[in-house]
Amino acid sequence: MDFYLATLIQGLCFSAIALGIYISMKIFNIPDITTDGSYTLGGVITAKLLMAHQPIYIVLPAVIAAGAAAGALTGIIHTKLKINALLAGILVMYALYSINLSIMGRSNIPLTNVSTLFSLISFAADPNKNTFFVLIGFVAVIALLIGFLLKTDFGIAMRATGNSESMIRALGVNTDRMKIIGLALANALTALSGFLITQFQSYADINMGIGIVITGLGSVIIAEAFVNWFRITSVWLSLALVLFGAIIFQFVIAFSLSIGISPTLLKLVTAVFVLLIVGLPRLSFRNSS
Amino acid sequence: MIELRQVNKVFNRGKANQVNAVNGVDLRIAGNEFLVIVGSNGSGKTTLLNLVAGSILPSSGTISINSTDVTKLPEYQRSEWIARVFQNPLSGTAPDLSIIDNFRLAAIRTQAKGLNIGVNTKFKNTVKEKIATLGMGLENKTEQLMGTLSGGQRQALTLLMSVMDTCQVLLLDEPTAALDPRSADIVMKTAERLVDEFGLTAILVTHNLKDAFTYGNRIIQMAEGKIIKDLAQKEKSALKQNDLFDWFG
Repeated sequence: MDFYLATLIQGLCFSAIALGIYISMKIFNIPDITTDGSYTLGGVITAKLLMAHQPIYIVLPAVIAAGAAAGALTGIIHTKLKINALLAGILVMYALYSINLSIMGRSNIPLTNVSTLFSLISFAADPNKNTFFVLIGFVAVIALLIGFLLKTDFGIAMRATGNSESMIRALGVNTDRMKIIGLALANALTALSGFLITQFQSYADINMGIGIVITGLGSVIIAEAFVNWFRITSVWLSLALVLFGAIIFQFVIAFSLSIGISPTLLKLVTAVFVLLIVGLPRLSFRNSS
Repeated sequence: MIELRQVNKVFNRGKANQVNAVNGVDLRIAGNEFLVIVGSNGSGKTTLLNLVAGSILPSSGTISINSTDVTKLPEYQRSEWIARVFQNPLSGTAPDLSIIDNFRLAAIRTQAKGLNIGVNTKFKNTVKEKIATLGMGLENKTEQLMGTLSGGQRQALTLLMSVMDTCQVLLLDEPTAALDPRSADIVMKTAERLVDEFGLTAILVTHNLKDAFTYGNRIIQMAEGKIIKDLAQKEKSALKQNDLFDWFG
């Protein structure tokens, strides 16, 4: 497959996880590690249901519901038991490993002789180009839905919850409930990335989610850098930049591999790249001030 | 009307650092009354305000607003009656949201936050008109992020936000403590105007004795979690500013 097309497709598959991390980290200001588990959960449910010859219109809501349930559980542990959000996420992620393995019954499910989202809809004769066009449409619909949500009264309340909790409580919002809904939404999106990538790579693996939070985080940090540089306040532009960040992030990884960096070192290179994006603007700010 | 009966608040009960912040307070605040609370640091005045707001719940006693027992209601449910201006301008507004989005949330304080887009042209024009009454030149900056404004501008806008939706009780928690004298003056005059215009019951907690003297029609002094002085409108009118200084020895 064409190198750039494959990278673009991967970037689009990871757009949903980037939007999920954007919601949990940037909107709610919650570092959510449930991501690693809910991404795999999305992939596992997709593989299991597709192999049971369930139609996409059953698989898709099932994936969204499962991801949302995982996120809501983290939210409930965090808000009702007053446990640190990071720890709550780690606990759920840890538990999800066993749940995912139980659902799968083994550590890997290859998708063979099944219809996927990419084979159901036909925009182009070439299967890779078709996958790309289907993903463009899919991601556009998700981004439009999230963008619309964030512009509604409910969405404004969501954005205020992570920004000024004391204010939004005084304005009649149950912040605990809002955080649970926010984490459910974030992890539903993350599970959608698992849904997409499983169909793209034609298998689900129990370890597919390990460290995946870095992918979402890197994408959001790239977007944030542009938001800060250009002082962007528009919700729509911010979302577009998150999607752009997801694609750029995949291109950086692909570029690393193309220049001969060993796949063994890929996670190290990725971590250093994320560190650079986070650290460089701060260092340059310190120097200028 | 707000009524507190035998309200106590104990922090860190049973521990070495136990604090009896509010001790058996009985207080009735009539509708349209503008109550000023003064007292030294640690006297319990902010705790009392937080108990009325629902930010903290009492250890014992009851609190009612307009005959509804709200003792166990959390802050977000008491917002049906109460609007609040915080001491820190950062706490009363969302800095990363635009001014218009902040106002939208204030406009639906007592309503469900649904899936409709409420920030439309009509709403924007209404907000611009209201902001123009402040005379701060902010009416054409409604798309600007709230965090880009000064503390005084934010406090003045917070006051306007408090009356965007139906409001019966306005809580002012040292609203001018972080402001320069000119901004403080604008904020307090705006507060007084809104209290009169909307017929609000107001509680002002302040360390500023000039404000305590100038504003409100009733004043109480707190010490060690108790009300030790309570002057109604007639007695407060007869009060001189130096008398207030004498209260603090």
